[in-house]
Amino acid sequence: MSDKLRTDDSKAIAPSTAVTDTPSRGDSAATARNPSAAEVNWEKTTLKQTLAKNPERQQTFTTISGHPIRRLYTEADLPNWDATRDLGLPGEPPYTRGIHSTMHRGRLWTMRQFAGFGTAEDTNQRFRYLLEQGQTGLSTAFDLPTLMGYDSDHPLSEGEVGKCGVAISSLADMEVLFDQIPLAKVTTSMTINSPAAVIWAMYLAVAEKQGADWKTLSGTLQNDILKEYIAQKEYIYPPEPSMRLVIDTLEFGAKHTPKFNPISVSGYHIREAGSTAVQELAFTLRDGLEYVEWGMRRGMEVDDFVPQLSFFFNAHSDFFEEIAKYRAARRIWHKAMVERYGAKNPRTWALRFHTQTAGCSLTAQQPYNNVVRTAIQALAAVLGGTQSLHTNSLDEAWALPTEFAATLALRTQQVIAHETGVTNTVDPLGGSYFVESLTNELERGAWDYIAKIDALGGMVSAIERSYPQREIAEASYRYQMEVDRREKIIVGVNDYVSEERPLDILQIDETVAKRQAARLSKLRVERSQDEVTRRINFLREAAKSTANLMPHIYEAVKSYATLGEICEALRDVFGTYEEVAIT
Amino acid sequence: MPEKKIRVLIAKPGLDGHDRGAKIIARALRDAGMEVIYTGLRQTPEMIATAAIQEDVDVIGLSILSGAHNTICPQLMKLLHAKGMDDVTVLVGGIIPGADIPGLKQAGIAEIFLPGTSTQDIINFIHQRHASAPTA
Repeated sequence: MSDKLRTDDSKAIAPSTAVTDTPSRGDSAATARNPSAAEVNWEKTTLKQTLAKNPERQQTFTTISGHPIRRLYTEADLPNWDATRDLGLPGEPPYTRGIHSTMHRGRLWTMRQFAGFGTAEDTNQRFRYLLEQGQTGLSTAFDLPTLMGYDSDHPLSEGEVGKCGVAISSLADMEVLFDQIPLAKVTTSMTINSPAAVIWAMYLAVAEKQGADWKTLSGTLQNDILKEYIAQKEYIYPPEPSMRLVIDTLEFGAKHTPKFNPISVSGYHIREAGSTAVQELAFTLRDGLEYVEWGMRRGMEVDDFVPQLSFFFNAHSDFFEEIAKYRAARRIWHKAMVERYGAKNPRTWALRFHTQTAGCSLTAQQPYNNVVRTAIQALAAVLGGTQSLHTNSLDEAWALPTEFAATLALRTQQVIAHETGVTNTVDPLGGSYFVESLTNELERGAWDYIAKIDALGGMVSAIERSYPQREIAEASYRYQMEVDRREKIIVGVNDYVSEERPLDILQIDETVAKRQAARLSKLRVERSQDEVTRRINFLREAAKSTANLMPHIYEAVKSYATLGEICEALRDVFGTYEEVAIT
Repeated sequence: MPEKKIRVLIAKPGLDGHDRGAKIIARALRDAGMEVIYTGLRQTPEMIATAAIQEDVDVIGLSILSGAHNTICPQLMKLLHAKGMDDVTVLVGGIIPGADIPGLKQAGIAEIFLPGTSTQDIINFIHQRHASAPTA
């Protein structure tokens, strides 16, 4: 065993025996189940006769997260449930039924397809194509060098430029990315975390050049560094200075861009890393609470900045578990805002969220099946009351999507919106014994985790002890073993396997890296090097103080200092982070 | 004398941090009785080759999802060759387009495991390959 593993083991916190997902839970939850006489009679007669003739297919039934599910849910599963208190009405606390009184009757969710590949020109074309096809918001995927704060011509960028998203190294690239796209009118989401402040500064600079008023700008920055340490691992600096950068953007946003969400607290990646639904729910909301607490410690009023926080959840394949997750999320957030922080603003109480269908559920085998998976997952997100949605493309277990595949994914949302009738009424599953019971169980499981993380001293401290990482790794391994033993079936992978023809996929060639390198060389010659040096020095000095860094980053960006140069200056001051690797 | 355990280095090269697969494989191989060392994230080919020598491994497993495989794999194979480590079995797991597989095998990658592979298939492959591994 390597030193890394040994070091880690010594710090280990014993994995909980899965807070909600042990088979003993469902039936013996909080209070003993007390079925009606009619139900007892049914069990003794109708059910008993059926089971005698036809036993059930399995001994136990569980969700994809391993959460046990009963044969039948009745009023006996909601013993202390109070419709007024626990369900309420849409647009009112506790928001179980949704944050708007008319939900998708009033306005459909924003159809926001994540896109980005190659150079800024390539992605600008895809953006304009998607808008022409009826997409209602933009969502930008950046390549790995950009996510890690390296310019396209950095040695560590070799082989990665433009592969997993668009390569953006300076304001010059950003100007091309949003060419002919009016930022005053289009809402834009940007999936960027450790260098989020820099990319946001570039976006604000482009908006300014277009003559757009910052006060009207609408969109979302992912900017959720905690889930990077927990799950996706695209971090640069240690947690403390990273959190400072996040709070700097929150503070800047509250003042200058009231309609922009400077952070999207993300469970998506936690789920993709293999978590259960309860873990996704709990860790994401606890991350959200961590940002709120850091913001309050900075001196901000909870009702002044929390309305700008938004959330981002996964839509996995277990239909009802996902719907229950979104409903529980809203209820937990409301409760936490009122009880923990005394929030008074209804906009602070109401949890808004984006959803993306589960990339990790897509299969490389029989990829057309992915269209079906995605449609069902998207339906769960809609029934769960999402505010915006990305549907994955059928080819994403192989590569970034082709234009054909991306269009089909968008059409999937349009079919749900306009043909299925599910948008005709608000929260159509409200009051279902099963859905309400599952919502309660997910909520309870999440509160258990939140209490554990509170006891560890908060999320930053829990991360430093690898607590959420270890919980997720356990869940991920458990699920893989279930798949390997064929206890969980994945169509086309461990059952119903058939021969197939390879897909045509999008290939990104190395000319992207060459074009980017050429553009950077030109930029470095044409800009004022003195101004860049001056701005970088100001930034470095500010980083050593407690000043808000956003104005300094903004000025550096406008001098055409590159992303790599800005992140390097901050690396000098903050240092870098290396996690304790757990397996 | 007990049979020497097969030693495996699981490595995550490149800038990508999606380590779900690497961690599952590391644990599955360990549960199958192998000695597993996991490098952690963002390893350059040089770091991987050095770790392979230091840890005296029989197998290197690379997890690559980012599309950088055509850059990373040949670099690593060249380094291993230069260090006289031609007998190490190098495996790749991840998202590798079919068209790239022949080139990677030509560069010396022993096998490529695509999404959906069961951990048992990988364990079996390593066991077959090292059935006659020298014992301590």
